[in-house]
Amino acid sequence: MTPLLQVQNISKFYGHRIGCQDVNFDLYPGEVMGIVGESGSGKSTLLNCLAGFLTPETGEVRFEMRDGEMRDTVTMSEPERRMLSRTDWAFVHQHARDGLRMNVSAGGNVGERLMAVGARHYGNIRAEAVDWLGRVEISEERVDDRPTQFSGGMQQRLQIARNLVTGPRLVFMDEPTGGLDVSVQARLLDLLRGLVREMGLSAIIVTHDLAVVRLLADRLMVMKDGHVVETGLTDQVLDDPQHAYTQLLVSSVLQV
Amino acid sequence: MIEIRNLSKTFTLHNQGGAVIPVMHGAELVVAPGECVALTGASGAGKSTLMRMIYGNYLAAGGSIVVDGVDVVQAEPREILALRRDVLGYVSQFLRVVPRVPTVDVVAEPLLAVGAEGEAARAKARELLARLNIPERLWSLSPTSFSGGEQQRVNIARGFAHDYPAMLLDEPTASLDATNRETVLSLIEEAKARGAAIVGIFHDEAARARVCDREIDVSIYTPGLTAGAA
Repeated sequence: MTPLLQVQNISKFYGHRIGCQDVNFDLYPGEVMGIVGESGSGKSTLLNCLAGFLTPETGEVRFEMRDGEMRDTVTMSEPERRMLSRTDWAFVHQHARDGLRMNVSAGGNVGERLMAVGARHYGNIRAEAVDWLGRVEISEERVDDRPTQFSGGMQQRLQIARNLVTGPRLVFMDEPTGGLDVSVQARLLDLLRGLVREMGLSAIIVTHDLAVVRLLADRLMVMKDGHVVETGLTDQVLDDPQHAYTQLLVSSVLQV
Repeated sequence: MIEIRNLSKTFTLHNQGGAVIPVMHGAELVVAPGECVALTGASGAGKSTLMRMIYGNYLAAGGSIVVDGVDVVQAEPREILALRRDVLGYVSQFLRVVPRVPTVDVVAEPLLAVGAEGEAARAKARELLARLNIPERLWSLSPTSFSGGEQQRVNIARGFAHDYPAMLLDEPTASLDATNRETVLSLIEEAKARGAAIVGIFHDEAARARVCDREIDVSIYTPGLTAGAA
């Protein structure tokens, strides 16, 4: 099997400060990788470099295009990268309003992504939008409501529908359950887990919540001060952490 | 099926003065298909540690653990996950599930993961739940609200859903009543009969004597402990 994504020597600096430095990993089709670390550890900087929102100072982010060719998305032209982020990539933001168009109906939010990849038939677009709203447990009667009329958990589910409707192969998620209360979180996690498995998605999830990665991620990358300090199988890193910082992180979780 | 050579394990506690605790040294174990080997030794001798290392949940300090041709000590995460999905089952003492998922789906999941058809997987799940005396009215509920004993039996049903060629059993009969204990022992005997290689921890001596072909006292591999001590 060949990797879907090859990340080589990614570094990003903010002036003299390190955002993230010398990050390397391969992600294989169907794999879900979690990136954990405290605020300021560089995990969001790294995610934004991978997704093309930030330009790293060094390194390559090579992605396997649909024709099988590995292309460096850092040096790719802007229109090409934008096309990629509308089709094969998806980005689920922590705050749903960063990923949604708040003044457009729920159905419109989902349909817009379809139109961006060429869908034109109104009936088909609406039917597909309704189908996806159903998959994220939003009832059909809410299809014409705007996201401003939705609860936080519903907005987040709508954002997921909008992102997954084009059948992406790689999903970036930045704290997808942050700011939601626990019962809403559990429902969202269950939903994400099902979708990841059904669609065979590869995903990179940034979070500070170790329970979230235990449920969703196959493997884990632990970051501190812009550097990767430990990687491995998720349950191994959480149950038998090797690095001093990971041990501190795991032992600091409050038991319920 | 399972071949362990010169295996060692240390824990380094960075946040407690960097204390290094050697817990296992030079462990050797070979388990053939159809064989069940019991791990014995006093509490703290390293039985669970060894089991977790075989499953890839604990990282070995040295040596090798080859399961069906894959060296768990060196393997990439995705190789270990594939091994766990297809070859190596683990019945732990605690059930860990996603909230909201019905019991029958929790049990069917390992079968779905290896590509079984949905209805066939759920039929097998229902059969196991019935054998383990989980009342049918509970099957559509999440096991998170079940009693400890019911959760343990759901965990066993899940562990035996797919016919793994190798299995790890951590106290599978602990705290079960006589009927359910008998069912679990039958499940183990059936697994052996179809050729599964099994490593188990059994504090239940009668159960151990009935299903295990050999015993390994892991204290002989514990630095600072001698076999039979404590």
